[in-house]
Amino acid sequence: MRKQTRSRPGIAAALASMAAIFMPALARANDWALNMPIGVTDISAEVYRLHMLILWICVVIGIVVFGAMLYAIVNHRKSRGVVPAKFSHSTRVEIIWTVIPVLILIGMALPATETLVKMEDTSGSDMTIKVTGYQWLWEYDYLDEDIRFFSRLDAESDRARQLGSGIDPFTVENYLLEVDNRMVVPVDAKVRLLLTAGDVIHAWWIPDFAVKKDAIPGFINEVWFQANEIGVYRGQCAELCGRDHAFMPIVVDVRSQEDYQAWLAEQRGDVADRPVAAAEL
Amino acid sequence: MAHATGKYYVPHGSWWPIIGSVGLFALMLGSANALNGSGGTWPALLGLAIVLFMFYGWFAEVVRESVAGYYSAQVDRSFRQGMIWFIFSEVMFFAAFFGALFYARALSVPWLGGEGVGFFTNLLLWEGFEPTWPTDGPAGVGGDFTAIGPWGLPAINTAILLTSGVTLTIAHHALRDNHRGILIGFLAATWLLGLIFVGLQAYEYVELYQDYNLRLDTGIYGSTFFMLTGFHGFHVTLGAIMLIVVWLRCLRGHFTPKQHFAFEATAWYWHFVDVVWLGLYVFVYWF
Amino acid sequence: MSDTATHTADHDDHHDTPKGIMRWLTTTNHKDIGTLYLLFALLMFFVGGSMALIIRLELFQPGLQYVNPEFFNQMTTMHALIMIFGAVMPAFVGLANWMIPLQIGAPDMALPRMNNFSFWILPFAFTLLLSTLFMPGGGPAGGWTLYPPLVQQTGDALPFVILAIHLMGISSIMGAINVIVTIMNMRAPGMTLLKMPLFVWTWLITAYLLIAVMPVLAGAVTMLLTDQFFGTTFFHAAGGGDPVMFQHIFWFFGHPEVYIMILPAFGIVSEIIPTFARKPLFGYDAMVYATASIAFLSFIVWAHHMFTVGMPLAGQLFFMFATMLIAVPTGVKVFNWTATMWRGAMTFETPMLFALAFLFLFTIGGFSGLMLSIVPADYQYHDSYFVVAHFHYVLVPGSVFAIMAGVYYWLPKWTGHMYDETLGKIHFWLSVIGVNVTFFPQHFLGLAGMPRRIPDYATQFTNFNMMSSIGAFIFGLSQLMFVYIIFKTIRGGAKASAEVWESPTGLEWTVPSPAPHHTFDEAPQVK
Ligand code: HEA
Ligand code: HEA
Ligand code: CUA
Ligand SMILES: [Cu+2]
Repeated sequence: MRKQTRSRPGIAAALASMAAIFMPALARANDWALNMPIGVTDISAEVYRLHMLILWICVVIGIVVFGAMLYAIVNHRKSRGVVPAKFSHSTRVEIIWTVIPVLILIGMALPATETLVKMEDTSGSDMTIKVTGYQWLWEYDYLDEDIRFFSRLDAESDRARQLGSGIDPFTVENYLLEVDNRMVVPVDAKVRLLLTAGDVIHAWWIPDFAVKKDAIPGFINEVWFQANEIGVYRGQCAELCGRDHAFMPIVVDVRSQEDYQAWLAEQRGDVADRPVAAAEL
Repeated sequence: MAHATGKYYVPHGSWWPIIGSVGLFALMLGSANALNGSGGTWPALLGLAIVLFMFYGWFAEVVRESVAGYYSAQVDRSFRQGMIWFIFSEVMFFAAFFGALFYARALSVPWLGGEGVGFFTNLLLWEGFEPTWPTDGPAGVGGDFTAIGPWGLPAINTAILLTSGVTLTIAHHALRDNHRGILIGFLAATWLLGLIFVGLQAYEYVELYQDYNLRLDTGIYGSTFFMLTGFHGFHVTLGAIMLIVVWLRCLRGHFTPKQHFAFEATAWYWHFVDVVWLGLYVFVYWF
Repeated sequence: MSDTATHTADHDDHHDTPKGIMRWLTTTNHKDIGTLYLLFALLMFFVGGSMALIIRLELFQPGLQYVNPEFFNQMTTMHALIMIFGAVMPAFVGLANWMIPLQIGAPDMALPRMNNFSFWILPFAFTLLLSTLFMPGGGPAGGWTLYPPLVQQTGDALPFVILAIHLMGISSIMGAINVIVTIMNMRAPGMTLLKMPLFVWTWLITAYLLIAVMPVLAGAVTMLLTDQFFGTTFFHAAGGGDPVMFQHIFWFFGHPEVYIMILPAFGIVSEIIPTFARKPLFGYDAMVYATASIAFLSFIVWAHHMFTVGMPLAGQLFFMFATMLIAVPTGVKVFNWTATMWRGAMTFETPMLFALAFLFLFTIGGFSGLMLSIVPADYQYHDSYFVVAHFHYVLVPGSVFAIMAGVYYWLPKWTGHMYDETLGKIHFWLSVIGVNVTFFPQHFLGLAGMPRRIPDYATQFTNFNMMSSIGAFIFGLSQLMFVYIIFKTIRGGAKASAEVWESPTGLEWTVPSPAPHHTFDEAPQVK
């Protein structure tokens, strides 16, 4: 339990406790993340570029439109003695400001379509994992490998997240973003996921892969990703699924081919790779 | 006052709306409790009674005002337009259920059967399921059943409703030409046909439940079948009640060849119910 | 009661004002009913707002401090249902009741008794809805979108919620029928369709949307009810149904619904900007056509809320393109407002300030909406705080600001008193600052990966959440000023002239302030 010592009441104490709340957060530079991650797949990078493209288009349009508004607000005011003009319509400008946005939209739609078509193409995958969402954990079933396991919020986060646990989340590493059993995949492999759910709808989301897809009971959705970099990538369930929706993270451990093979062997309980187990036999 | 010629009749304060609101509240509260298995059905029935009382009192007042000549042509137009938009809202209510039917037939059942994006759905979750229609789904919810074809009772019912549309139109012409006898006779025929329809529909339901093992909970086919035909039957019943009320008013000598909003509103409603049936007949029974 | 008809006939005094509670329970007067709607909406705004403050309080820092997750989800669900159906929609209906007859020169709404019915259903509906919070198992916690199968885990509350929604639907449909019929049938001679004020136009189209989609919502929740209690399988794969089918039906209602919450706002802003720019609205006809186009498009874009459900590619593309198109007519509106201000002689009273903030901030919300419509990007944005930021920008500084602008604009007409301009401006500035501090950081949170509908979050999201919560309290508390200003204006203040503002256009400014209980008994002639 965290002990709060408030020696003296009053403003000073209040300020101190305010500071105590803010400081740990403010200390972390990484905590001001503003933007979408570029991610570690070709697709995620493409999605990021698309996102930046539409963002900048909006910013530019915004500058033009808001600029015009601000100009009018500043200059065309009664207090400046302006006599209001009388004009009230112009078919020409209406046509102009209908056509130009249409062209801009076409400019956005083309790259978007291109990327989407790529994202939807699940053919030629190297391996397939069936992912099932439950309240409130995930099940990973490596269809070609006969490996199946559950993955749920790790114990430390789970303790800290209880109402009034008194554990400071800042002391927990990867608070709410760690699981007991990670999904492990090889780098550079096209991994196809078959998503479904056992009870209610969940959604499997890893921002670094630009993959988010609903897991729907009774149906199977397909997605794929191909991670270019070794590393651990974290995400969360992204469809409200009840009480512990916030507490069913997703962690993908992308390893080198060799490490992945080793992991597979370990999971299968392969005798050669697990001498200890062999000795026990 | 406002009913003077050229002015729009704005009624004084009325108790009926607040009575109706209380009635609806009791109806909903009672139903919700009953669904949860507490409190029995009488609070809901009480609410329903209040609502029916409200309709009776409210409409009686409107009839009195109308007979007293308060309503200008403009007021009449308000009523007419109001009725048309109300019917439009009913159309959209049915559209939701037709939408469910089309979705199931065109998308979800084929997907479950492995078509299109449903390849893995079928392979891994529902292997062996054939996407036919009618169906009670890959898990066979409700057990084996037989669907009813379009040619027996449903065809007779179609004929009955279409005939009732004709008799109603004859009655309408009679009203306009001031042939009261024909009006009353054909109007009676219309609501009688309506009641016969409802009766046959009820008979069909009994038969389906007992001999066909087709029930409300027979998968998606039972769900769409009974919800669509059920809501339709409910609307036919309402329409028949409206026709009977209008008929009783005819007996009392209400309506003139020029002014008969209630008659026309009921007629529109009846035709709407008729058209919905045609949709049902084609998409639920036939194809 | 049987002699009501004769009673009305006897009393030829159309101009009496009944007193006491009876007046409000039985009233058929559009101004009374408008007032009732507006007060009810204000109350609900505070109820729903208090729930938002509970949400923001819990999200102030990571970890669970105040509420358990189940209750948090109930707050999210109820907050949205109350804000949408209890605050924003009734507020617009209240404004419609007050202003449409005044703006088209009608003696009242077309169907006055039904008008009263539409209102009085609402308090009962919300009693039903709110009562669920006190039931075993609590209120609904599946989000305002009520997706099955999750919503079917709701306890005793489910039938109450569904039947409350039915009541709200009945109320909305009757209200909308009344609006349409009033506009189509009650216009003063000479008030042709293309002379109607834009507020009337936008409401005409809104009413049409309401009648078209509220029954669809009713159908959707009815199917939920039968799935739950009578064994139908609309939303169960085992029986051949599909949970996603609910989403399609819901959003067929839900997307037009969001335009129901913005079109009247467009109307209000289109009234206010010309008045304070002292210049006629630019491109009136284009504004009308743009509104109609938005309404039309709103019926064919619904699945943009469901890009992640696994639709076939062609479907996703169709809904993406259709959604993007909405930016065009909406842009036409924004440009026309700008052109209206252009070379006008502007002054900046409180209604104008709110209208201008609407212009800027709604457009920002529109931009994020457009970004959401781009499917590959939406895979990242969907169900994250980016979406929450989007829709609060269009709803709070959008719809709610427009409502406030309308209230400040017409309050002198209603009460006969001017509101306190200084207080109004303070209220405005606190609101703009509060709203931006609350909702702008949510864009960052969403992009950085924070899902929506969570009571607790990973520690890297702390800073912006703190900011957002602080903003929410600034914004929420400043609304107490709004209430104070309104009641102060009702009680007294500088006398307002009939025109109130400097040469505004519209029939409502030809009647005295406060507007007498009955106006336009004799229809005015419109040139
Ligand atoms: C008043 C309410 C309102 C309004 C007006 C809008 C307007 C728009 N909305 Fe929004 N939306 C909501 C309320 C609203 N929305 C709500 C409540 C949700 C979430 C529901 C939930 O899940 O709970 C939502 C969610 C939502 C989604 C789903 C996101 C997701 O869950 O993944 C999408 C996706 O396409 C979207 C798109 C749009 C678009 C394209 C517009 C367009 O109408 C915007 C058009 C406006 C502009 C673009 C700005 C002005 C235009 C110009 C200046 C012209 C030039 C511009 C260009 C050419 C770019 N909205
Ligand atoms: C018109 C609609 C509307 C409006 C006006 C608002 C207003 C606000 N909303 Fe809301 N919101 C939605 C519609 C709306 N919202 C919807 C549709 C959702 C999605 C729900 C879902 O996911 O299902 C949502 C969800 C939502 C979330 C996400 C919850 C989650 O995902 O878990 C958050 C979080 O910050 C939030 C915050 C706020 C805030 C701070 C306001 C502020 O503007 C509120 C201002 C506050 C007040 C006005 C309070 C005033 C009260 C006092 C001053 C206390 C005094 C008390 C008394 C006198 C009794 N809203
Ligand atoms: Cu699983 Cu949210
Ligand atoms: Cu939408």
